[in-house]
Amino acid sequence: MTKLKAYSVSVISITCFLLIWHFGTKWSGVPSYLLPGPIEVAKSAWVLYSTGLIFPHIGITLTQMLLGYFLGCIIAFLLGALVAEFVLAERILFPYVVGFQSMPKVALAPLLLVWFGFGMTFKVVLVALICFFPMFINTMTGLRSANPDLVDLYRAFSAPRWLIFWDVKLPSAANSIFAGLQISIVLGLIGTVVGEFLAARQGLGHLIQSSSMNFDVGAMFTSVFTLSLIGVLANFAVRSVYRKVVYWEKTTLTAPVSGH
Amino acid sequence: MANVPTLDIDGISVVYQTTQGPLLALRGLDLKIEKGQFVSVIGSSGCGKSTLLRVVSGLMPVSEGSAKLSGSAITGPRSDVGIVFQQPTLLPWKTVIENVLVPIRALGLPTANYRARAEELLELVGLGKFANHLPRELSGGMQQRAGIARGLIHDPAVLLMDEPFAALDALTRERMTMELQSIWLNTRKTVVFITHSIPEAVFLADKIVVLSGRPGTKVLEVPVDIARPRTLETLASPEFGKIANQLRQMLGASSAMH
Repeated sequence: MTKLKAYSVSVISITCFLLIWHFGTKWSGVPSYLLPGPIEVAKSAWVLYSTGLIFPHIGITLTQMLLGYFLGCIIAFLLGALVAEFVLAERILFPYVVGFQSMPKVALAPLLLVWFGFGMTFKVVLVALICFFPMFINTMTGLRSANPDLVDLYRAFSAPRWLIFWDVKLPSAANSIFAGLQISIVLGLIGTVVGEFLAARQGLGHLIQSSSMNFDVGAMFTSVFTLSLIGVLANFAVRSVYRKVVYWEKTTLTAPVSGH
Repeated sequence: MANVPTLDIDGISVVYQTTQGPLLALRGLDLKIEKGQFVSVIGSSGCGKSTLLRVVSGLMPVSEGSAKLSGSAITGPRSDVGIVFQQPTLLPWKTVIENVLVPIRALGLPTANYRARAEELLELVGLGKFANHLPRELSGGMQQRAGIARGLIHDPAVLLMDEPFAALDALTRERMTMELQSIWLNTRKTVVFITHSIPEAVFLADKIVVLSGRPGTKVLEVPVDIARPRTLETLASPEFGKIANQLRQMLGASSAMH
């Protein structure tokens, strides 16, 4: 019963927000080409969705985001595991990691543009780069957080290194790795849009920019809402996989806060 | 073979390299344990009890002296040692029976051949019905019992127990002490039982070794000749009280009371 109550509060809140937005734009005299009301935005969304005009943009944004995300996360996982397991790898890689960590990766976007051109590669590489660091750090610290007694138990029986990694360290790191995956997916979406602002012929970032040129604020709102929907669904997907994979944890993954 | 002690520790010293320089953790320790003997090692914190365990399990080399298990020198990790930790330290992602089978898996042996034995051991420690549960579905005492079954799965020459009941509440602890006695009476394993608790040490042991701290050396070795099985009445018997008092005085003298 309380759950229903909690939901109804949210519904009332959203309804009030829409009403204020509607009457606010209607009575304040702000021209609708600057701030359209909810009905205009809905109309514009209807046009974009019913004609199917927006779908290629969604498709291209999703493709770029996911390719970059998986590329970045897989490389980050492998390097994170390497650094966590081998002291030599840590000595070699760590100076670069420290150097790159605090650099805002989007600042590299124009350079990547020069290197990879206007195509999809540029955006995939940018997203991969942005996704890399949260995943790398979380994998590394996660693998190192394994209970030393458990590692000793395996070592006392001369267990091979890969078995200790597989049986003890990797599952111990699961929470941390999924936190990395969750931060990265959000950052990856941001990276995709930034990449599309800079150079694209399609994609939601491109759609926002070209609508801005045409003063089509309705289409801009529609694109932004679509992007948040993608963000919410991607987050939800990571959480669902987490619950499936990390079956032994009772707690759910908490939404990580990242300062980007 | 008959006269070779299962565990033969002869004048060992262990030095740790720390950032503050070398630290002597154990000095000239002698310890002989016969096959099937239950030996309690007692001492205040920092007396080198955990170091002793790491030496016997082959995870820590000795700087001086020799440590032999079943007649052969301990030079590295070896498979004929069972360990029960202070915390249950089960793998949360494996079921209870899979956890019991961990040593078999780590040794690279086929776990299928040991399943029946794992089930027997779970029965022995009273977890017969919980083989396929995850550790988090068990209470602390039950988890520790699974840890004991895991320590016994590969039929080790010696079972090392590092304050196995320290993390349990007082009532569970008392019950587990009773249960450990009956498990031991059933298996007659050679056991090195490390503890802070005088009653626990006396109740379970055939022999008690008192260590004093930094560096850890042996200050007393007392045989416990109280008939088994020991019961709650044993705790109130004069012979029990005599040994317990002796230990209390020794521990009080060898280290400032906490």
